[in-house]
Amino acid sequence: MSVEQMYQDIIIDHYREKHHSGLRTPFGAEVHHVNPSCGDEVTLRVAVDGDTISDVSYDAEGCAISQAATSVMCDLVIGRDVADSMALFAEFREMMEGQGEVVPDEDRLEDAIAFAGVAQFPARVKCAMLGWSALRDALVRSGVELPRLPDDKE
Amino acid sequence: MLNPAAIRGDFPILDREVNGHPLVYLDSANTSQKPREVVEAMEAHYLRHNANVARAMHTLGAEATEAFEGARVKIGDFIQARSSDEVIFTKNASEALNLAAYTLGRRLGPGDEVVISVMEHHSNLVPWQLACEASGATLRWFDITEDGRLDLESAQRDGLINERTKVVSLAWVSNVLGTINPIRTVADWAHSVGAVMVVDGSQGVPQRDTDVNALGADLLAFTAHKLCGPTGIGVLWGRYELLAELPPFLGGGEMIEVVRMENSTYAPPPHRFEAGTPPIAQAVGMGAAIDYLNRIGMEEIAAHESDITARILSGLGALPGVHILGPCEVVDRGGAVSFTVDGVHPHDLMQLLDSRGVAVRGGHHCAAPLHRRLRVQSSSRASGYLYTTPEEVNALVEAVAWSYDFFNSRTGRKS
Repeated sequence: MSVEQMYQDIIIDHYREKHHSGLRTPFGAEVHHVNPSCGDEVTLRVAVDGDTISDVSYDAEGCAISQAATSVMCDLVIGRDVADSMALFAEFREMMEGQGEVVPDEDRLEDAIAFAGVAQFPARVKCAMLGWSALRDALVRSGVELPRLPDDKE
Repeated sequence: MLNPAAIRGDFPILDREVNGHPLVYLDSANTSQKPREVVEAMEAHYLRHNANVARAMHTLGAEATEAFEGARVKIGDFIQARSSDEVIFTKNASEALNLAAYTLGRRLGPGDEVVISVMEHHSNLVPWQLACEASGATLRWFDITEDGRLDLESAQRDGLINERTKVVSLAWVSNVLGTINPIRTVADWAHSVGAVMVVDGSQGVPQRDTDVNALGADLLAFTAHKLCGPTGIGVLWGRYELLAELPPFLGGGEMIEVVRMENSTYAPPPHRFEAGTPPIAQAVGMGAAIDYLNRIGMEEIAAHESDITARILSGLGALPGVHILGPCEVVDRGGAVSFTVDGVHPHDLMQLLDSRGVAVRGGHHCAAPLHRRLRVQSSSRASGYLYTTPEEVNALVEAVAWSYDFFNSRTGRKS
């Protein structure tokens, strides 16, 4: 895996122009997550309407991988119901933790399959998960009942 | 002049390839590489002389004790300590600074002040926060000037060091900015109000001829793994009269004099501060590292560091979109060169450089408050050592230029 393959155009495009960036109201919960090893950080808000994620907004600073992953995530989950969004979280995490062995479902993950190459660099998996982890935490804090995911640790 | 090409033969790891390119190791401020003779000294200790120290009375015990205490003498001589009893072995510089903060912290109370600086590594910051929280003392700090020097002027204006100050603790050389701090000046100021001067020598001791008396420190922390030695061992040097006043840090074997169920009395320094079986093989390795550095000469090493630093500063400084943090000339400046590249996050830069075999550090380098002060989220850092060549600096500069183009031609930021 070359570095050119890792930094695919999709990732660079999202890094250049982050979708849904900026903090918006109304929101149900706001969280602040950091990656202590490199200092990447994200403040993320989520708004839930019934069973649906009606908005995710964020203010983030970090590397191309963390920024693009958060941008792609927002494209995927805004307007999607909470349970299916968390199923996507699980699929994305499975791909990222699969060290390049997991074949992602492009119909489900869309642009997020571009991160499959990043999975071969264990030090960068945390970057790709930063926004997703923040989203999940924000959903919990906004009082939404989340389904248990297959890999969840007790 | 020191000849890095000849020195490199002593470091087998430097022959490695990384991602199809010759390794260019520019992360020595993080940890240095080890010469063969350091590894061999540790191997010989384990294979021929291994035993516990002090409490084992047999032949091997005597050999191990002699090797361990012999390393203490070498280290004391290396920093011109008056006696090897002033050399306390710890597991790293962080533990040495924690030892200092904990034991000095026992003497602190509300109304007392501890002074550090905004450029400290977390290891010379968090232990003092803990000491202040536990004692009710107040933590204060030096700011920096625009060019990354310690701001003595504003400190004097604000009376930063005053009759309430009990401890001043500063990095000798910043691990981010490379700034060499005027320790002697600050130490004289600290001593004039009766405060103890603690120095974090993690970056200074490996690169510079160290004389603890000239430096003006009362306590000096440093670590073996940044000076060609092994991980797992560091040192707190202290003026003996001060060490003799300080209470124990950790309790256990070897630090005692008489133990009864009701109470105990403690050994004199340095053993008072060395509870449990110490890092014996690591001390042997550290001693071998010091022999190695002495043979090359610390003045030669310091001159080489200046030469390499000047090359990094001029090479990176000439690139578009590169901004150097800290002093841009090699005046009172050590070898860590931190920088940012427009449009390329340090994490991404580190990845791109690594793909060309160039190893640098990206992040906040355990100095998050300093990065906040500099209004940057994180940075990349290149740092050489005695084995670093001018050709490696060229490889770094070329790789940074390539990374800038790689990102900015695609992200459309390049004008």
